[in-house]
Amino acid sequence: MEGTGDLPSTAAPRGEIQERAGASGGAPDRSGYPPAEQEAELTAGTRITPGRAYGFFTDTTLCIGCKACQVACKQWNNLPASDMRLSGDSYDNTRRLSATTWRHVAFIEQFDESRFEGLEVPPVDEAKLPRRSATALGENLPADFEPWGNLTTSEQWARPGQRWIFMSDVCKHCRDAPCLEACPTGSIIRTEFDSVYVQQDVCNGCGYCVSACPFGVVDVDREGDGKAHKCTLCYDRLKDGMEPACAKACPTDSIRFGPVDELVDLARERVADLRARGIPAYLYGSNGVLEEECDTTRLDGLNCFFLLIDRPEVYNLPPVPHRPSSETGPGLLSVALAAGGLVAAAMLAFAGASGE
Amino acid sequence: MGSNFAECHPVGFRFVMRAREKGAEVIHVDPRFSRTSACATQYAQIRAGTDIAFLGALINVVLHSERWNADPFFHEYVSHFTNAATLIERDFRDVSELSGYFSGWEDGFYCPDTWQYEGTQRVVHMNSDYEELCKVMSSETHSLHGGRTVGGPPPRDPSLRDPRCVLRVMERHFAAYTPEAAAEICGVSAEQIRHIAETMLANSGRDRTCNVAYALGWTQHTTGPQIIATAAILQLLLGNIGRPGGGIQALRGHATIQGSTDIPTLYDLLPGYLHMPTHLPTHESLDSYVANEGGSAGQWSYTREYMVSLLKAYFGDAATPENDFAYDYLPRITGDHSHFPMFVAMHEKRMEGLVLMGQNPVVGGPNSGYALDGMRALRWLVVRDIFPIESAVVWREHPEECATEVFLLPAATVVEKDGSFTNTNRVVQWHDKAVEPREDVRSDAWFIHHLWLRLKGLYADSTEARDRPIQALTWDYPTTGIHEDPDVDAVLREVNGYYTEPGPGGKRIQVRGFADLAADGSTACGCWLYSGIHPGVNLAEKREGDDYIAPNWGFSWPSNVRLLYNRASADSRGRPWSERKRYVWWDEGLARWVGVDVPDFPATKRPDDPGDPEAGGMAAVSGDSPFLMKPDGKGWLFFPFGMKDGPLPTHYEPWETPVRSALHADPQRNPLTKVWRTPGNAYNGVDNPKYPYVLTTFRLTEHHTAGGMTRWNSWLSELQPGAFVEVSPELAESLDITHLGWVTLSTARGEAEARALVTRRIRPLTVKGRTIHQIGIPWHFGSEGLVVGDAANLLASMVADPNVSIHEAKAFTCNIRPGRRS
Repeated sequence: MEGTGDLPSTAAPRGEIQERAGASGGAPDRSGYPPAEQEAELTAGTRITPGRAYGFFTDTTLCIGCKACQVACKQWNNLPASDMRLSGDSYDNTRRLSATTWRHVAFIEQFDESRFEGLEVPPVDEAKLPRRSATALGENLPADFEPWGNLTTSEQWARPGQRWIFMSDVCKHCRDAPCLEACPTGSIIRTEFDSVYVQQDVCNGCGYCVSACPFGVVDVDREGDGKAHKCTLCYDRLKDGMEPACAKACPTDSIRFGPVDELVDLARERVADLRARGIPAYLYGSNGVLEEECDTTRLDGLNCFFLLIDRPEVYNLPPVPHRPSSETGPGLLSVALAAGGLVAAAMLAFAGASGE
Repeated sequence: MGSNFAECHPVGFRFVMRAREKGAEVIHVDPRFSRTSACATQYAQIRAGTDIAFLGALINVVLHSERWNADPFFHEYVSHFTNAATLIERDFRDVSELSGYFSGWEDGFYCPDTWQYEGTQRVVHMNSDYEELCKVMSSETHSLHGGRTVGGPPPRDPSLRDPRCVLRVMERHFAAYTPEAAAEICGVSAEQIRHIAETMLANSGRDRTCNVAYALGWTQHTTGPQIIATAAILQLLLGNIGRPGGGIQALRGHATIQGSTDIPTLYDLLPGYLHMPTHLPTHESLDSYVANEGGSAGQWSYTREYMVSLLKAYFGDAATPENDFAYDYLPRITGDHSHFPMFVAMHEKRMEGLVLMGQNPVVGGPNSGYALDGMRALRWLVVRDIFPIESAVVWREHPEECATEVFLLPAATVVEKDGSFTNTNRVVQWHDKAVEPREDVRSDAWFIHHLWLRLKGLYADSTEARDRPIQALTWDYPTTGIHEDPDVDAVLREVNGYYTEPGPGGKRIQVRGFADLAADGSTACGCWLYSGIHPGVNLAEKREGDDYIAPNWGFSWPSNVRLLYNRASADSRGRPWSERKRYVWWDEGLARWVGVDVPDFPATKRPDDPGDPEAGGMAAVSGDSPFLMKPDGKGWLFFPFGMKDGPLPTHYEPWETPVRSALHADPQRNPLTKVWRTPGNAYNGVDNPKYPYVLTTFRLTEHHTAGGMTRWNSWLSELQPGAFVEVSPELAESLDITHLGWVTLSTARGEAEARALVTRRIRPLTVKGRTIHQIGIPWHFGSEGLVVGDAANLLASMVADPNVSIHEAKAFTCNIRPGRRS
């Protein structure tokens, strides 16, 4: 595995950040860390332990588009509102993740012209009630899998051409994060929760991280402090044993917070259940696990991953997110070749001259 | 239906999503494809204001289905628990026989004596000026609980074959509501109506139940209460009332709408749904009030106990048996004093002052332009709110023409005061003050408390008889905190009720529940329905959750019952209908009702108790009569009284409609609709080519009602930053409306402009071969705050249903054109 460990900027950040966040002055106070009683045990069913990898499993099929996550994020992090302008882009008026919007709910209207007309409503079969056994279908789609072939009810909400999709987007906290790689000041670090964090007092606002991020997540606040900002996975809350604000506010548990390995197991069951119902669900960002339409292995998977029912592009996600640094190999090679060629040409020229 | 559950109640909708993921069908029927539709397993786009036709068709399909007629569950539930078997008066005639009217129509009002059970007569009928009474009661917003009858008990036919039994009367009424006929009215295909009916039927029975959730999409119609009544009939027929997972869910709770009718802010109600006395002879004395309001059996037969205890709470020692417990200190209703008549009175200079607390009529009141002009005609106006809302700046335009003196008083927010919320499930939850309000900001309770003390001071020396009620009203709440807030825990103790005779050491002894209340003045109780909430400890503060009904979370009225009428969760012999739906049942060994909930039934009344009509009260109710708020204990498929506009729900078109219904030629619209024909409130009429489009108002998750709490909040405002209307691409194309371009909507009341959101979530409907376009408009916006826009209510009219004076904002007509308003 290539990755984060090779980079000097991630070598020893933990002690530093713990000291800064843990103490109000003087000697670092670690007596209450991690807290003995954690709110997260009550609200997320998990105990937050430094050293484990945490993230979000955002299940778009449970999202009701209420934007509570977006508001909770702004409130907890005290982020300013953006321009107040009607965008016309369905009910999405903030449009994108930015330096001041760290959670963003996208609204995707997919309606055919013949919408709501002649619904193919299957007959009600009482023998099949209750339906939806949690039969696991395994990792890959069965060979005879037929989307919508297995429906026992209408499942209007998932039906192509008749649906309105909501998706709450957020920083993916890549396991091999391009922004962190690109940061020349060491401002972007990996925390003890395996999240990717921008240290505001180190950031110089150069913006290299912005162009490195394949998702357009991190952003420099040009109208504010001129520094890079993005989701912190509520680092300050995790330190106090609380789950991130967005996940806590989500009324339908569409956003689940927890240890990534547990979340992947949960997501795997969820995908199996949906596929048993005939809905072609898959995961985005699970590093190969049930990733039917995408490949996030170049980033070693994402700590914050998604369950989707349409192609990634529909949700404004790249099917194969790239790490810019993986382009540097061929780039360097061509530089080396060019340099070699020039040297050879020069040598030839000199050779020619000397031979004259 | 009639609710945008996901958008307006997102936290409650978590349970709907959980149910969907456990396999439940979620059906959404609505004029607009909203975020709720986006989560549903089935969606049907309906023409606004045609809900009774749609529900009537569901009833029609159910009644004619093989399953409903063959499964003994339905027969047992309906014949025992509803009034299906009861015979109706011979002279009753249905709308289908009298072309759109029921029998008893007297050219402007109904005399409902032909709607009665055979051989019974209500006490009110025996009044000498009965017709005059019917007429007055029809025009004013109140009816009688009026369950006290003479004669009877009425004959019943448990076989349900008699053509005059309720079931057959009702079946004939809905015979015209075939799916095909409904499709012609609603714009939903007959196939889909049939499918939805079959889905509900498949999910009802011993092992399964359906729930119906509605909100203002059902209430805000000139037939609003009748729409809900249609759903009640459907749910009773399907055996879905009083059983876990069943019921009809009125989605209230912003944030204590339920609480504000339980302990009401309505002019015609006293706490606990006791009616405010009127000037009519039926309410002349406490005796006549009880005679007419009380029931001959069931819960309302204790009306005297509740009323006397309330009067003792109000007037203390001044309420004595000799003076009818100060019954005459209560003001009398002399007419319709609901929302709209107040604004008419302002225009006519019959009303000179107004105190607004948490209300914003300039945005939230239908025909808000009329409301604004009315408020500008006042002498004085007090607005208590957390922001300077539109209604607080009515003087802003042309101040030289406005003589209104406006007082804007800053109100405390919820975190700055103690109090309670009553949610949509009737669960009362206490909340504590987190911080003291700053500077001049005070709680509403503080304002009322100190205002009242000052008023009492002003009247202290009066010798006028008319001022006695003010002097006599008890007002002894202790105060707490730096601002001298009244102790609201003391208010809750009074709401619970106490014995008027103090205990040892002069300490008040609390009653345990409304069964303790007495009619002799020995108890005082602020609201009988909430009695039991504070028997010494504040049960609304309890916070023990669980994953089922959570009986130790807060307090649910009545008596902490979580599921109303839960006697119906057991069969006629008291056994659970099924293991899966086991909830409350009769335990022969213990000789009482037991279960996971508090039984909503006399605890030791045997299921085979025949009931003793002579005994009255609960003793008169038989052991298979779960619906104790009705004198016969039955769920009503036919309403002998309570509804002014008919004993069965009938589809009438909205007051403003582009369509003529084929059901009955005349009347097209509810003949008892309340209208205000006054300058500034003209109507668009029926099928008026000037206003060809159906308009329906709606809400967004991002804003709250008239916007007073959200349009000043930047985090919410950025999410929905301006007024818009939703139109279909088909309509947009035909009128050259561009996406995000300005459009102007117009009605006979006025114009409003907004940006067009052209979306396929709206689709033209075909009704009787005609294309009907529907337009949706959110009604949150106004002229103040961070995000502004024209109020949708500039377009709506003052028109109301006859039963509860609810307006009709969910279905009216308009015109639309591209461009800005003049």
